[in-house]
Amino acid sequence: MTKIRKLLDVLTAPMLAITFSLIVTALILAAFGANIFEVFSKMYDYGTSTRSLTLITNTATTYYLSAVAVAIGFKMNIFNIGVNGQYRLAAMTAGAVAGWISMPGPLAAVVAILVAMFIGALWAGVAAWLKVARGISEVISTIMLNFIAIGIISYVIVQTNIGTEVKVNVRGTPKIQEGARLAGYALIDPKVKIYGFFFIAIAVGIIYWVVLNRTRFGYDLRASGLSPSAATASGVNSKRMTIYAMLASGAIAGLVGLPDLLGKEFSYTLNFPANYGFTGIAIALLGRNNPIGIAFGALLWAFLDVSSQILDLEGVPREIVTIMQGVIVLSVVVAYELVRRNRVKTQQQNVGKALAGAHANVSTSSEGSK
Amino acid sequence: MARITLPQAKFVRILFFLLIGVTTLSLARTFADSGDLSSTGTFGAAIGLAVPIGLAGLGGIWSERSGVANIGLEGMMILGTFGAGWAGWQWGPWVAIAAAVTYGALGALIFAIVTVSFGVDQIIAGTAINILGLGLTQFLAKLAFENAPGGGQTQSPPVSALPSFTITEISEPLSALQKEGIFFISDAAGLLSGLFYQVSIITLIAIALFILTAFILWKTSFGLRVRSAGENPWAAESLGVSVYKYKYIAVTISGALAGLAGAYLAIVGTNVYREGQTAGRGYIGLATMIFGNWRPGGTAAGATIFGYINALQLRDESNIGGLTLLGAIILIGIAVLMVARGMRGTGAALGLLGAALMSAFLFTTKMPTEVALVAPYVTTLLVLATASQSLRPPAADGVIYRRGESH
Repeated sequence: MTKIRKLLDVLTAPMLAITFSLIVTALILAAFGANIFEVFSKMYDYGTSTRSLTLITNTATTYYLSAVAVAIGFKMNIFNIGVNGQYRLAAMTAGAVAGWISMPGPLAAVVAILVAMFIGALWAGVAAWLKVARGISEVISTIMLNFIAIGIISYVIVQTNIGTEVKVNVRGTPKIQEGARLAGYALIDPKVKIYGFFFIAIAVGIIYWVVLNRTRFGYDLRASGLSPSAATASGVNSKRMTIYAMLASGAIAGLVGLPDLLGKEFSYTLNFPANYGFTGIAIALLGRNNPIGIAFGALLWAFLDVSSQILDLEGVPREIVTIMQGVIVLSVVVAYELVRRNRVKTQQQNVGKALAGAHANVSTSSEGSK
Repeated sequence: MARITLPQAKFVRILFFLLIGVTTLSLARTFADSGDLSSTGTFGAAIGLAVPIGLAGLGGIWSERSGVANIGLEGMMILGTFGAGWAGWQWGPWVAIAAAVTYGALGALIFAIVTVSFGVDQIIAGTAINILGLGLTQFLAKLAFENAPGGGQTQSPPVSALPSFTITEISEPLSALQKEGIFFISDAAGLLSGLFYQVSIITLIAIALFILTAFILWKTSFGLRVRSAGENPWAAESLGVSVYKYKYIAVTISGALAGLAGAYLAIVGTNVYREGQTAGRGYIGLATMIFGNWRPGGTAAGATIFGYINALQLRDESNIGGLTLLGAIILIGIAVLMVARGMRGTGAALGLLGAALMSAFLFTTKMPTEVALVAPYVTTLLVLATASQSLRPPAADGVIYRRGESH
């Protein structure tokens, strides 16, 4: 019973938010004279084809990694807005290294992954150092570091000979050799493959859960996030935890670009997708930093993104989905806040009732002695 | 060692900084042999590029002074660019400004409802506003501009121009003097003539808004209440100030200013709304606000410097060498000052950085343009890392305040 109650408790806010955003979206669509049901059913039909489902899985893989990276920070009240810069720099470096080294294929893939994690952690580490040593909010420093990363990438790709012309008028890192690619397997649709990184993302999710819930480090991390003062009092070095959390977040962020890099693009170009970091923030919020919640969030986001591709053909701008996502994020945080307040209120009322009852008992039993 | 102290009076101090600045500029121009470093055109362009950044920064000041950290400026600015494009091609540039301001303010109002009334984390809400602003404008742009004459899915039809002023009597002789290449005098002349060269009416409005903001926030009781909401809302509430009301007002003004910044980009910077036009300027605005210590004067200076860097890069890639030298001189200068004041470690670090820039200037034939691209952000980080002692954000900036809850 309590388990179901708890699950309901957890699901209330996201369900409210999604419903609310559906209503808002429907109203906007209606205002512009679109047939709401047709739009939604077209999206559903298109989004559930085997091809779309494969694309959704692949997109969700990327979103999942990004959201986990953000969630690691959130668990310790660190806001890693820098995932964008971290993964782009990491993917560029990994692409350059994987395109350059001559090693047996799988080994090269492993090297690429390690390099990406290292660079992601390094870039996040700058923000961690600035926070711990100089007291600079990571929100500001990671925003700045995002732009600096863009500058560095542009320099490396355009000005140095690490960048080559991959396609006509498109510069990027050299193509990664066949063997080092994780192009994946055609599981659902015969023509499109599910990224090999899909399985790595699942592993990341499991590791995230285990580390968070079954290790000392995870305990310290959560404790520091919930109450820094209490954590410090119990012997947790908060500065060190900040650095570790930021490094871990950055290392996972480093992986965000790899599903696309090793599964589809095989070269980091200046046209590489640029905004997975903010998507990760949204999904981490929706999924409440929970590995399973995030998975649902990532799938929902990916479903919306993929299924909306059909809308432009129907004369409805597909950005309606971005509006929907924006509304979901805004309303889910509001909903969580409302649910929290409501819980606090009922708790206080329950305590009040219990106390009143106890008080009444005490006063009746002690009446005789007085 | 004698302590080096700065002049105390504000006016004298500004003059002092200007003097040092122009001299440094002059040095860099002479040694890098790059006349464009202080040309009329560069300063004119710098001011033009500074306006949207500065307005966004000013918006940041309003919001954060009331205790609401606003990284949603970018989204509000995007809404502003769309408002300007949408109203502009139909009803002209003045209605465009009004629409942009309204759109920005509406975005801010949603932000205020979520952060002030519902007490949601401000950074999260700001991120959501940025997502929402982008999605909403892309959606609306497709509907509004696709079938409009000269418009497209991601671009509005052209908006007619706003008046801009050039006082030729002042600008031209000064510009001629600038071309003479005399040490200090030419550079000062270039700076001055840039101030009178093709100045948009929005630039004048922006300058007025900066002065107005400084006056309202620091010289009126209304401003005191706004700032008290950002410093200590609990105390303010106990004195009868309606903290929520002032936060709402300040955040809405913040969005209106971001919207105006968007209008500038769409009407003056180009003459259309274009997707991706803001290019992160909302974030740079935030950086200038920090650079300027949450004050209008410093923010204006920061915006001008960032605009200047941007202008140099856009005008001619060969300017980057001069810019690098300029950066090196400034860094080494600050390093010397810091060491003299006893801050040896930080001073040495900055000195090393300056030396690195100097050697980059001396030993490379052509500096990459990316130097100018990252310079504003590196500068902000450096300022934060070295001068965080003297930076003072509002005490309750970013703090979730709930009415009736004690601290």
